[in-house]
Amino acid sequence: MGTMKKSPGEIQDADLEKVIGNLLRYGVLTSSLVVFAGGLVYLIRHGGELPQYHEFRGEPDKMKKPTLMWEAICRGEGRPLIQLGLLILVATPIARVIFSFVGYLLEKDYLYAVLTVIVLLVILLNF
Amino acid sequence: MTILVFSIILFIGALVAGLLGSLTGLGGGVVLIPLLTLVFKVDIHYAIGTSLISVIATSSGAAAAYVKEGITNIRLGMFLELATTAGAIGGAFLATYLPTAVIAILFGCILIISAALSFARPADPITIGSPSALSQKLRLNSSYPTAEGEKQYLVRNVVGGFFMMNIAGIISGLLGIGSGALKVIAMDNVMRIPFKVSTTTSNFMIGVTAAASVGIYLHRGYIDPGLSMPVMLGVLGGAFLGSRMLTKAKTASLKILFALVILLLAAEMIYNGINHTI
Repeated sequence: MGTMKKSPGEIQDADLEKVIGNLLRYGVLTSSLVVFAGGLVYLIRHGGELPQYHEFRGEPDKMKKPTLMWEAICRGEGRPLIQLGLLILVATPIARVIFSFVGYLLEKDYLYAVLTVIVLLVILLNF
Repeated sequence: MTILVFSIILFIGALVAGLLGSLTGLGGGVVLIPLLTLVFKVDIHYAIGTSLISVIATSSGAAAAYVKEGITNIRLGMFLELATTAGAIGGAFLATYLPTAVIAILFGCILIISAALSFARPADPITIGSPSALSQKLRLNSSYPTAEGEKQYLVRNVVGGFFMMNIAGIISGLLGIGSGALKVIAMDNVMRIPFKVSTTTSNFMIGVTAAASVGIYLHRGYIDPGLSMPVMLGVLGGAFLGSRMLTKAKTASLKILFALVILLLAAEMIYNGINHTI
């Protein structure tokens, strides 16, 4: 951004770009590993069964509620572990919005800090 | 067919979809839903949820690289995400009330429009003249790196672009796709920013837009781990391979071929929707 004041030690857009880039990369990587691990467990336990996706039946609560999900993971179930990986994946862009908010605050760009909070509220209120 | 075989076939299908989507720039999500519903006879609600997950994975993975190169206009992305997230939530609610057949027909139509739009020549970006008051207030005018150094550009018609993005968001939430083609049109032809900036910024926004509607899909039980696992890993792997091959492969003829496949799938979706066999 050519129009910005640049002084050493101050947070700038380029710093924010670097942090966001790393966040996205490691978020996707972590979630893929968790999904892969859950997938292995799931296929070992249920690989010989028949898939049933022709009719929509919804998902049990342990695929939706984090506490139940965690209990099921501790029992060694694969599907909730995959679901945890998917939640990490979904959390990645949301975390990106939170990081942007902090970045804009540090940059003292209050207009964008407010815009970012609105986007965050829209997402979180519907979760 | 056991779950193991089903998962392996899905993984390979998703890998090919991700590879072609990345090589042609048409996105892998557009063929995933027809693949799941038409070939594997999966209920369309599951298919949409699965596609949303894979869309988040590929867009976040690609965005990580683009953002670091400084091509993405993060401010523009943040601002337009107001429009896309609000739209996505509206679209996701709509999806839970619309009959399956209607969703299938809508999906086919959007598929055809997206494929056609991707062949449209982008309008020339605006680099000279005085910036609009709104784009200046929002600090949207920026520059991006090119072979000849940093190039400045201006953002036009902010309100029109915002409106187009809202529609793109609704479609994304309703059909579980990134609707990247619509986003690029909004930025290329309405806001008149350079193609490279619009594609990367559109990609940057897709993850957040999809995350906004995923909450609703999750609560309604449309996100299934058994389906999402092979599809997400496959699409991600394919997209990664595609980004490595992009510089070597000739993509023009591949793009036409892939667009023809998309047209065929779209026709099939519409046909099945009309006959209520989906």
